[in-house]
Amino acid sequence: MMEQLALLVAATLAAGTPIAIAGLGLTINEKAGVVNLGAEGMMLIAAVAGFAVAFKTGNPWIGFAAGMLGGALAATVFGLLAIWLNTNQYATGLAISLFGGGLSAFVGVEFVGKQLPQGQRFAVPLLSDIPFAGVALFKQHPMVYIAMALTGALIWFFYRTRMGLVVRAVGESPESAHALGYPVRLIRLGCVVAGGALCGLAGSFLSVVYTPLWVEGMVAGRGWIALALTVFATWRPARVLLGAYLFGGVTMLQLFLQGMGVQVPAQFMSMLPYVATIVVLVLISRNPAWIRLNLPASLGKPFYP
Amino acid sequence: MLKLEPRAAPSAAMSFASPLIALGITIAVAAFLFTVLGKDPVRGLQIFLFEPWNGTRAITELMLKATPLILISIGLAACFRSNVWNIGAEGQFLAGAITAGGVAMWLTMHKIKLNPWVFMPLAMLAGAVGGAAWASITAYLRDRYHANEILVSLMLVYVANLFLSYLVFGPWKDPAGFNFPQTVSFDVSIPRLITGFRLHWGFVVALLAAGLMWVFLFRTYRGYQLQVGGLAAQAARYAGFSSRGALWTVLLTSGALAGVAGGLDATGPTGQLTPHLSVGYGFTAIIVAFVGRLHPLGCVLAAVLLSMFLIGGELAQSRIGLPSALSGVFQGVLLFALLACDTLVHSRLRWAGRRKVAA
Repeated sequence: MMEQLALLVAATLAAGTPIAIAGLGLTINEKAGVVNLGAEGMMLIAAVAGFAVAFKTGNPWIGFAAGMLGGALAATVFGLLAIWLNTNQYATGLAISLFGGGLSAFVGVEFVGKQLPQGQRFAVPLLSDIPFAGVALFKQHPMVYIAMALTGALIWFFYRTRMGLVVRAVGESPESAHALGYPVRLIRLGCVVAGGALCGLAGSFLSVVYTPLWVEGMVAGRGWIALALTVFATWRPARVLLGAYLFGGVTMLQLFLQGMGVQVPAQFMSMLPYVATIVVLVLISRNPAWIRLNLPASLGKPFYP
Repeated sequence: MLKLEPRAAPSAAMSFASPLIALGITIAVAAFLFTVLGKDPVRGLQIFLFEPWNGTRAITELMLKATPLILISIGLAACFRSNVWNIGAEGQFLAGAITAGGVAMWLTMHKIKLNPWVFMPLAMLAGAVGGAAWASITAYLRDRYHANEILVSLMLVYVANLFLSYLVFGPWKDPAGFNFPQTVSFDVSIPRLITGFRLHWGFVVALLAAGLMWVFLFRTYRGYQLQVGGLAAQAARYAGFSSRGALWTVLLTSGALAGVAGGLDATGPTGQLTPHLSVGYGFTAIIVAFVGRLHPLGCVLAAVLLSMFLIGGELAQSRIGLPSALSGVFQGVLLFALLACDTLVHSRLRWAGRRKVAA
């Protein structure tokens, strides 16, 4: 039983990691006042790019780099349209998601049915020998620890550095930041590209390590869940990470319950993460003041210098 | 250098020209892509632009695919005009397909043969109820709990998909279907428009619905209220127009329309429920709505265009061996190009020399 529980915790961390990385990325661009609904599309493009490159080179890390590049490129297109041409951010993000779905399916056709070797796990020296905690926490793919480190880095960046303060200022009041002489559009573009690169990392983690194969539409709404997550987390990196693990737990719960012999049709189990997203969204949105207090004030609004 | 400067008033001419320029850009990108992929670009474009119009059968198939796109996109046009971002039309489409398909299955199981003319309104009603009910979840959660309608409606697409999959793999599976995940073939159907072709009267219904939507949006007080709410929420509040009323109106209307589309599609050309009922009509309809300028009549034209894309994708697979997902790539490019061109509706390009610093 303890052994099973430890494995459940380990699986939860792994399942939460891609959502966490994507959520952290989206937090960056939302802090700067840009909402990118293209997360799902960027993750799909990255998933296929990462898989293709990892498959051809045999090196998952080059695959991750390709995924980040793919996500960043898609985000650049979004950024140029939404920030310079001031197109509607919702519509442009949707365009990225629709385009990403089509492009990834198109490129991915030749990789359907191919499989990568199971990703290596990284056992933390000494710590992984601790009973229970060793299996639960310290025998993971390195990306799991990278997600945690990234969370810490973002907290430090946003709340302890001058650059982080400037990004937040751009998100709260682009007019003021502009008046102070900061290049608002460039800063926003930088944040959008960073967000896209992290969504790309998350997407390529899914196809290269987590599954590890390419299936059309394999991101399965995780991009949208990550978008919802930034709202739940009220744009705080630590809460994004915890929220992502919560969703990882919900995803894993279905397998766990099936293992326990609970007789519920598989499809209802698979609905859990989506229903959970709606439920949490409702709980957190019930009090509009709570969101409004934490929302980057210029989120989704165009800025004309 | 070239400078983008705001226009005093939105340009009506650009508003019409923008989709055409976007289509031109998409065609150029497509030709380039065919060349890169080592295919003859002329042949490739022919498949997307001319073959869907080649012959009566092709044209009826084109209109058949345009039917759900028209129905869904005119509902979305009303939503987007009211600044309600319903992007879960795919889920509402599936919900309508499930309810109408359920009715058709019940009739088939009980060996009740209905005249297609009697069954059609029944299927549409069932579809409308299903789609509107599914959309009402989004409306309720947004109205009562301020939950973001984009995320809720989208999550419900996945839920609807899984629910359909549960039904056809489980309780609704055809017992004599060799364990395939599908329901029985329905004995009832939608009346055909032309004998021998799959195109059904739903196409006429869709055209009528577009006309009615035009009247509603541009010739009724309620439609006017919706649009004011979308353009200037504060002005609408000052005028006493209910934003909650607008939210419910557009979500229930668009949900019902998407549901009708699903109901007609499941009981008409498909004739049974399968896990892969929709080819993404709900998402393609978003592009249709934007390309159609959020105008019901524009949506009809745009629906035919996007239907060409869908059919072109299928033909590209069978004729020149390119994946049918190519259609999705072109749809995305079209929407990008359109959004970029739309910048020129509200602003214009001008040659500007060095900016003079005011003394």
